[in-house]
Amino acid sequence: MSLHKAVKKLYLGLILFFLYAPILVLMVFSFNASRSRGNWEGFTLDWYRVLFNDPQIARALRNTLFVGVSSTVIATTIGTLAAVGIDKLKRGSKTIVMGISRIPVMMPDIVTGLSLMVLYLFIIRTLGVGRMGMGTLLLSHVMFNVPYVILSVTPKLRQLDANLYEAALDLGATPLRAFVQVILPEIWPGVVTGAMLAFTLSIDDFMVSFFTTGAGVQNLSILIFSMARRGVQPQINALSTLMFLAILAMLFLIHWRDKRSEKRLKERMGL
Amino acid sequence: MKKLFAYPYIVWMAIFIAAPLLLVFYYSVTATDALGNTYFTLANFRRFFSPFSPDMVQPFHERIFVVVALRSLRLALQSTLICFVLGYPVAYIMTRKEYSEKSVLLFMLLAPMWMNFLLRTYAWLTILERNGLINNLLGRLGLPMFDILYTDAAVLLGMVYNFLPFMILPIYTSLKKQDPKLVEAAQDLGAGQLGVFLRVVFPLSIPGVVSGITMVFMPAAATFIIPHLLGGRQYFLLGSLVEMQFLNIGDWHFGSAVAVIMMMMMVVSMVVLSFFDKGGENHGRGTVI
Repeated sequence: MSLHKAVKKLYLGLILFFLYAPILVLMVFSFNASRSRGNWEGFTLDWYRVLFNDPQIARALRNTLFVGVSSTVIATTIGTLAAVGIDKLKRGSKTIVMGISRIPVMMPDIVTGLSLMVLYLFIIRTLGVGRMGMGTLLLSHVMFNVPYVILSVTPKLRQLDANLYEAALDLGATPLRAFVQVILPEIWPGVVTGAMLAFTLSIDDFMVSFFTTGAGVQNLSILIFSMARRGVQPQINALSTLMFLAILAMLFLIHWRDKRSEKRLKERMGL
Repeated sequence: MKKLFAYPYIVWMAIFIAAPLLLVFYYSVTATDALGNTYFTLANFRRFFSPFSPDMVQPFHERIFVVVALRSLRLALQSTLICFVLGYPVAYIMTRKEYSEKSVLLFMLLAPMWMNFLLRTYAWLTILERNGLINNLLGRLGLPMFDILYTDAAVLLGMVYNFLPFMILPIYTSLKKQDPKLVEAAQDLGAGQLGVFLRVVFPLSIPGVVSGITMVFMPAAATFIIPHLLGGRQYFLLGSLVEMQFLNIGDWHFGSAVAVIMMMMMVVSMVVLSFFDKGGENHGRGTVI
């Protein structure tokens, strides 16, 4: 039996090692004194110093965060309202709308990216104005994020008691107030899940950004891609080490807070 | 009243989901002649399936698009199979008693996905290179070189590495949903460990497996980053072909045709898979994160 357990542990260990090996390599080499990857020439913090003085990386990071935050806010708003609207549609049209909304989720990123590029360039050429850049980049991120928000909010709406909204109206609330004070709190967990998903997808996206951005507007993924041809500079390793640690810390905090509120809830319920 | 919210969204959907796909489809079945007139044609598709395409600046064997498509298909199938073989036991072990309480393990599986996937894939170069970490180690031990970079094997490794969590998580979710009493019941009825697994646990986890297969196969068949980084400059998959047609060559008509063929492949595989998955699990990355 214990041999059995040891085998299981060993197997999980090996898989985790496989998943973490490149990340460890990346982190370790962010402290490497040598510029070339592969050979270790002693410990240094130089790359972290270089990182904070690199305007190109700073710009890419700023673009990534800007697009991430704005597309999350916009997509969450559009997606939540759309989900509420879709929920009230008749069954037939609801199925069609949900089916079409699911397309970008199922489609390979490359198809999403190139089809949006075709759309933008088609419009730009037809109208003869505008060009691809930050605007199209942001629009594209909103576009691929909205379905994820809808898909996370819809189940919460389905659980919602339809009478709640009516009751609020009967008690004299305006439709807006009824939505904000009655519906929104009920579907809030779905909205938050959708927003977190949207932010993650936006930060990590390369493919759609690559096709829909314009000259001179780079996010981190595009910058890394363009560096990969010449060799990724060690300060990028330093940056991703910092970002990875920041996200880990954030996730731990969320997890820890959830655990605590769960505990408190259990205590309150006398469990 | 609230129904009104649906209409602006339907317009949004028409512009950003339907119109782009229709445009791609339109470009795939048209061509432009020297005078700038656009006409209907199936030549783009014929060109894809024809054995020679003299206009491509590539080594001879790369000229055949079908070869590239079949290679994409083969690598996607292989990586899906490897992910399944490696991933199912992980999901299974995670749901057993001694681990099921520890969400840490789940967290550890998800965490790597929070680091930019381009960088994670790029880091494999450092490991696999001729002067990389593995060969350094092998050299010190006096063992022969392990030179797989810029081959199918490296691309396959990159795919398995990137998509393995997408196989594990849906299987884990569907295994976790199973009522443990079913296993007890099967045991009470005299089934051995293997019998319980083969006749109860595994059949019930098929929706998760199908979901996992979709989530590995689709991105693997369409990827262009993994072959780009680990396969080298001369290495092409369907995704690279599409990217090249749109961004380097600028032939939207042919590029669109390749994209349409790619979408057809996806639709066919989805239909085939939905045949095994009558439960109608929710596919897509949304189930993972």
